[in-house]
Amino acid sequence: MTSSSWPRWRRPCHKNCVDETLSFEPKIIAFLCTWCSYAGADLAGISRLQYPPSIRIIKVPCSGRISANLILDAIRSGADGVLVSGCHPGDCHYQSGNYHARRRFVLLKNLLEFVGLESDRLHFTWISASEGEQFAAVVREVTDRVRGLGPATRFVKHLPDGSGK
Amino acid sequence: MSQLNETITRALRERAGDLLAAGTVDAFVGFTTGTVPMVMRPLVARTPEEARQFVWNSFCVLNPANFLPELVQTLSGEGQVRVGVVATGCWSRNMVVQIQENRLRREQIHIVGIASRGMVLPRRVRALFAGREITRVEEKEHELVVSGPGFSETVSRWSVVRDNCRTCSHPNPVLFDEMLTSHSTRNPVADRFDQIEEIERMTPEERYQWFQGEVATCIRCYACRNACPLCYCPTCFVDESRPQWVGKSLDPVDVSLFHILRAYHCAGRCTDCGACEAACPMGIRMRLFTRKLEKDVLALFGTEAGMDPGQPQPLATYGLDDPQDFMLRG
Ligand code: SF4
Ligand code: SF4
Ligand code: SF4
Repeated sequence: MTSSSWPRWRRPCHKNCVDETLSFEPKIIAFLCTWCSYAGADLAGISRLQYPPSIRIIKVPCSGRISANLILDAIRSGADGVLVSGCHPGDCHYQSGNYHARRRFVLLKNLLEFVGLESDRLHFTWISASEGEQFAAVVREVTDRVRGLGPATRFVKHLPDGSGK
Repeated sequence: MSQLNETITRALRERAGDLLAAGTVDAFVGFTTGTVPMVMRPLVARTPEEARQFVWNSFCVLNPANFLPELVQTLSGEGQVRVGVVATGCWSRNMVVQIQENRLRREQIHIVGIASRGMVLPRRVRALFAGREITRVEEKEHELVVSGPGFSETVSRWSVVRDNCRTCSHPNPVLFDEMLTSHSTRNPVADRFDQIEEIERMTPEERYQWFQGEVATCIRCYACRNACPLCYCPTCFVDESRPQWVGKSLDPVDVSLFHILRAYHCAGRCTDCGACEAACPMGIRMRLFTRKLEKDVLALFGTEAGMDPGQPQPLATYGLDDPQDFMLRG
């Protein structure tokens, strides 16, 4: 993949960045539920835990609110990875949002892999408000796995001039 | 006409006529011969005389469940109604789905069941006679006699039956008020998900190439969506513009996302009736995507769509111990 066909916002910053694997810092969109996982991320920050700057957090009311549309929109816009996290089973603020989400997510992940998305681009997890350490660990792991794949190409939409969608 | 179809056609005309005459139903939905060979036309009969036009054969590929709720609603302007309808296994399961989704009430329909022998995909027949004009197709017990200017040839019926009918697991209606035929004893195929497993065994790169090739010729006409009894959203996601989840162009990513989302919306609801594939002018096999979901729903949640009107749909409910090994940490 040539740098000119990358979406504008994540082309290599200067001409010396020729080795993509060295220069590649993935962009990962994280959908976090406000009650548990977002609070977990907040705790990681307050506790000054180190984790890669690859993540872009989007706060949502509940993991049950995260639709296939949102995930696919992140992918077509050029996210190298997507992380989705909600409250642990039994902890949902709305009782059952995460249980419903769990059924939808497994079907979506399987379907996307079936049509050729790399398995390591899309991750789901449960993180509670007290799990700052776990949040940092998950971001490290997801970043490593996505970095191993290199920049996203499949289902990323490009305009004919090579810019993003 | 084959003996069997003739018997069913005769019984259908008679039963529909009786039900209409007795006032048990206010209208009856079936099929009649269209103007083009191998294309059947849906027919709504309001009188016993009209019911005499019903025909049953292997070309009834449209799914009457598709327009049933709207028909009931339209007729309801005249008060309480009940609509009679013919149904094979998959069609009856679509009606179950509609009852689960409150699109229909059980007492609004009177289902006359027919055990399906499998429907023929006209595209398959036309492909056999590429370049020649087919003006007439006559169905015999196990053959089709295809004729046109200067030719008349026989093809085996089963060789041109639709893929979904070949792997059908429920040829008999699961919900019916009466049966026109005896129950089918057709053996379900040993492994109906063979085709899906074959794709699953490919590498991600191969699967990506396969998928791109599979949808490459889609012209975004949405005939597949329009033929599907599950697709009744007042504003379909493909028509939404704020935000626009899927671009309207023929860009491969737009086309891919359309097919991914359309299939995903059918998860736990699709009965593999094959109306989508039969309607597609480009021969796209979009059932491969819905069947992947069907396979997973069965494997993960142990259910099949439209089997019991009293049960919730798999994605409208959950289990406390649903599988979650796909997650990063349990
Ligand atoms: S494709 Fe989806 S949004 Fe469109 S009508 Fe069908 S179910 Fe509704
Ligand atoms: S998606 Fe296709 S096979 Fe499934 S119910 Fe709709 S028309 Fe039938
Ligand atoms: S009917 Fe066929 S060509 Fe039309 S939108 Fe569906 S898959 Fe594409």
